[in-house]
Amino acid sequence: MLAGVLVVVTLADVIYQLVDNSGQAIDRFGLGFLVHTVWNPGFNKEGAAALVYGTVVSSLIALVLATPLGIAIGLYLSMMAPARVRAIVGPLVEMLAAVPSIVYGFWGLVVLVPFINGLEPGLHSALGFIPLFGPASTIGISVFTAGIVLTVMILPIISALSRDLFLTVPADLKDGAEALGATRWEVIRGIVLPSTASGVGAAVMLGLGRALGEAIAVSFVIGDVTQIHASLFDPGSSIAAQIANDFLGAVNPLETASLFYIGFILVVIAMLTSIAARGIAGRFDVSAGMLAKP
Amino acid sequence: MTEGDSRTASQIIRGEEPPGRVRLRTEPVLPVIRPAVNGSKTETRPAVFDIRDMAVYYGSNRALVGTTLKIYRHLVTAVIGPSGCGKSTFIRSLNRMNDSIPGFRLEGEVLYHGHDLYGSRANRVEVRRRIGMVFQKPNPFPKSIYDNVAWAARNLGMKQQLNDRVEEALRQAALWDEVKDRLRDSALSLSGGQQQRLCIARAIAIEPDALLLDEPASALDPVSTAAIEGLMHNLKHRFTIVIVTHNMQQAARVADRTAFFSLDSTGVDRAGTLIEYGDTETIFRGASDPRTRDYVAGRFG
Amino acid sequence: MSAATPITLGETGLFDPTAPLTPSGNLRRRGVINRFVHVTATAAAFAAVAVLAIVVVSVAVHGASSLSLGFVVHNPQGLAAGGIANMLLGTLEIVAAATVIALPLGILTGLYLTEFAGPRARTARFHKLALDIMQGLPTIVVGLFVYGLIVIPTHQESGFAGAVALSIVMLPLIARASQEVLLLVPGTLREAADALGVNRWRTVLTVILPAAIGGIVTGAILAIARAAGETAPLLICDNIYNQTSTSFNLFHGVPSVPMFIYTSYDLPLTQAVARAWGAALVLVIFILFANFGARVLLARSRAKMGR
Repeated sequence: MLAGVLVVVTLADVIYQLVDNSGQAIDRFGLGFLVHTVWNPGFNKEGAAALVYGTVVSSLIALVLATPLGIAIGLYLSMMAPARVRAIVGPLVEMLAAVPSIVYGFWGLVVLVPFINGLEPGLHSALGFIPLFGPASTIGISVFTAGIVLTVMILPIISALSRDLFLTVPADLKDGAEALGATRWEVIRGIVLPSTASGVGAAVMLGLGRALGEAIAVSFVIGDVTQIHASLFDPGSSIAAQIANDFLGAVNPLETASLFYIGFILVVIAMLTSIAARGIAGRFDVSAGMLAKP
Repeated sequence: MTEGDSRTASQIIRGEEPPGRVRLRTEPVLPVIRPAVNGSKTETRPAVFDIRDMAVYYGSNRALVGTTLKIYRHLVTAVIGPSGCGKSTFIRSLNRMNDSIPGFRLEGEVLYHGHDLYGSRANRVEVRRRIGMVFQKPNPFPKSIYDNVAWAARNLGMKQQLNDRVEEALRQAALWDEVKDRLRDSALSLSGGQQQRLCIARAIAIEPDALLLDEPASALDPVSTAAIEGLMHNLKHRFTIVIVTHNMQQAARVADRTAFFSLDSTGVDRAGTLIEYGDTETIFRGASDPRTRDYVAGRFG
Repeated sequence: MSAATPITLGETGLFDPTAPLTPSGNLRRRGVINRFVHVTATAAAFAAVAVLAIVVVSVAVHGASSLSLGFVVHNPQGLAAGGIANMLLGTLEIVAAATVIALPLGILTGLYLTEFAGPRARTARFHKLALDIMQGLPTIVVGLFVYGLIVIPTHQESGFAGAVALSIVMLPLIARASQEVLLLVPGTLREAADALGVNRWRTVLTVILPAAIGGIVTGAILAIARAAGETAPLLICDNIYNQTSTSFNLFHGVPSVPMFIYTSYDLPLTQAVARAWGAALVLVIFILFANFGARVLLARSRAKMGR
């Protein structure tokens, strides 16, 4: 019946993606594409390693920062906040997800970049012995800045999902723990977190997927420099951002094809994180749903 | 009696220790023989809970009318009455488990060994450490049997001889023999009656002072119920026990003192009220209030 | 067993029950840890709210100067002056087209997953996975896909292509919202209808959908708010560099607010940037209102359902 139509719609779309995108470019380069580091459109030499590096590093920064913060916020909203505070703060944190990526990009450029610009010399003098904190860059546009913007963007995903997960822990389990003279943190550590661990893992995976695929916001603050630098505070580029930056100005079919190719890589990565999220989730039905639960 | 106890009867009464065994609680063991029926059991005993005109409100709704009674040390006190008469509210107020219920308000005083449970200086976590609770529906943690019993003890820093502590707790809960070979198995693999005994074991493993049981056997089959009732006799020598039950025969079997609550329908609102409180024998054989006599005779509730 | 001499646990963790109810044993230390966790989590939550405030306030501060009634109703005059009316209309047009595509398909998908796929559990799980994957697709890749699908064959960047791309972004959101709210409809309704011999589809149309409509509308509003702010698909599929155009032919390029903001960044004129901020502010206001409205609607629909 009509059900059959839906099958076609959802399935075909996902599969068609790969067919269409890939047709353009793979034949040309094969897998060596990933290893070449030079991205020089005009010279018919493409290499995506720098892009992969930028994507991975900026997303990793976001994960490292947003995961503990998101879980902490989820714990606060589900187990510590008084009802009235929860009713206000909860939706506000979710609103972070509603802000369009272009606004984050713009804001990142105008507000965050100067801030990090001012911050960096201090960080460098304190931690400069680690190559990650390189010499004071006067630009402020960097992989690190992109990581911060991504943190803000994926934080609501992790925190809202965590909060919902923590709320599923049965009350009688928490009661039983409290009746044994345990502090709230001990109840969290011993009962709540262990029993929701797989769901939280899936939420983190979903956050990662979002960070990996974000193009617009990152393109504003990462710098469009296709080189790998040791310092986090030097500019770089990411797969998605590069597509956004270069697509319209593509000078030849090869460049377009290359962009499609890295787009294909991105799709595969995104699909893998979605599948991994569902796999990790186990008995939880985790999704980046936008409906707030009471 | 705990199994494998190699002491002679006189050794037990004198409170001497079997060699190499961890014993919970260091107080002298009181004689096993119950005091004579004709005397009140309460004259010389200290009161653990001194409840003075305690009333409980949920929002503007009064759930429990001002209640006054004393609960005595090392006795089993039963709380009986028809459904909805505030028994659960009453017992949960004794270890502040009602605190998290929205709109909860308590008037009057609950003194525990002379200290106000709801006083500003009373630490809620400390209260629950001293006054343990077992719930109506068994609620074992999704952990192993061993970890269920050991969890709270670990929190409290009781790391030494944890194995012995766990074993002793399981023995006193009459569960040891059934689980000793599978301590690492999930607690959820146990039957309902076993799970409830596990919940009792983990409550006593940290050696509280008092133990509150909210209808512990109501969700269990008769065999498990009998097993749990059997525990009461032993446990009361070490803990002060308050047990809520809707089963009168159970109260008659295990309790030294009994409190009968009912709904006060003569007042303005229907709220739980303490009708009568006394030695179990008195309540069941010769209660003074006609409502009590009606209830224990099965005429209502 | 342990040592030959009996061990009594008099010192570890035991307490004098008649002592005041202040922390005994290690509770003081544990209480400090607990407090620390509490404070940290509270701080995290308020930091997140603070960040939201910072972002919104920044946009408001930068964009307020451009904001006026004229800004919203007039068209641009050149690159650095005038309003953004054409882009607002353009976005409206594109998003409306996307909604026309995504809404019915999304509701049908949600219906399929809740009402009709039950017995064949494996296919349902597969579809749910496909839906998850679709939801997790980076929007720029969706743009690439539709580019290859529509723009290349038609040799034309178009609002229509943009709309198709946006509909792909919206579909999983609507489908999931529908699914969630359909699941809330009590099974007894369905059973009663079945018992009366009513055919499934009729039950769905006349009984279940009306009950679920609140949640579905909420999901649609949230999806629309999301689509209105999406830049990446439009960047690829509906890229017209000249955002001052007033052509609204869907099958050609159509101006849009996100693209305007994006391209303004390149322009060296500070006026242009100020107007971009104004446009961003309009966008943010719209989205905040939509979210707020959706929440209110959701609360009302839940109240209706709960009764």
